Amino acid sequence: MDNNIAQMLENQNVTNPKKLSIIAFSGDFDKLTATFTIATGAAAVGYEVNLFFTFWGLDAIKRKTGRAPLGGGFIAKIFGIMMGGLSNTPTSRFNFCGFGPWIFRKLMRKNNVATLEELVEAAKALGVNMYACEMAMHVLGLKKSDFINEVKEELGVASFLKISEGGRTIFI
Amino acid sequence: MVYTLDITHEHCPMTLVRTKLKLSQMAKGDILEVLLSEGEALNSVPSAIKEQGFNVISVERVEGSTHKMMIEK
Repeated sequence: MDNNIAQMLENQNVTNPKKLSIIAFSGDFDKLTATFTIATGAAAVGYEVNLFFTFWGLDAIKRKTGRAPLGGGFIAKIFGIMMGGLSNTPTSRFNFCGFGPWIFRKLMRKNNVATLEELVEAAKALGVNMYACEMAMHVLGLKKSDFINEVKEELGVASFLKISEGGRTIFI
Repeated sequence: MVYTLDITHEHCPMTLVRTKLKLSQMAKGDILEVLLSEGEALNSVPSAIKEQGFNVISVERVEGSTHKMMIEK
């Protein structure tokens, strides 16, 4: 492991090693796959898992999984259409104008690996705690009702820090 | 009651996820018979399940790389 990362983990004052919090910033298909793979794996081995979705990451928890004019105001609605939901998240590399995620989903199914949608369903079933960033929601004019029911609350930084306190926190 | 689960074709993290979700649907004292493959699944699933307080009764080879794990909830 990279020394800086090891040092960073060491510096986190971990009093509850069975608690994992993930700041899900990215709305990329591949990074969200990593987020939900780690979240479901950790929840399945008995960890308390907290997912804090912010900015592009909010795309993963929208009730409408396709492109929809969500948000308050004209610009936010245009952003809503451009950003879309879980089903049109782009890959961070090899996106090929949206063809990349389709290829990855096909490869995943062919190789019996859970797709992003299956991982999200597993996270819901395992009771992974999901939270939405209040600030990013405000910027994009999104409401709690725009998200799936499993999103427990909209949170600010201070509340998230309180929830994640004592465990490990990673940023994806 | 005895339940069965085949995770021989699953990969991380679904090997663990499917086992955990199946156990969560069962009652205390029920038995779960899991078929799993050698490698990551065999290395991680029995120990992770044991760590969560479930009773792993046995893990034995069935044929080839397939193993059978018996868990009591």
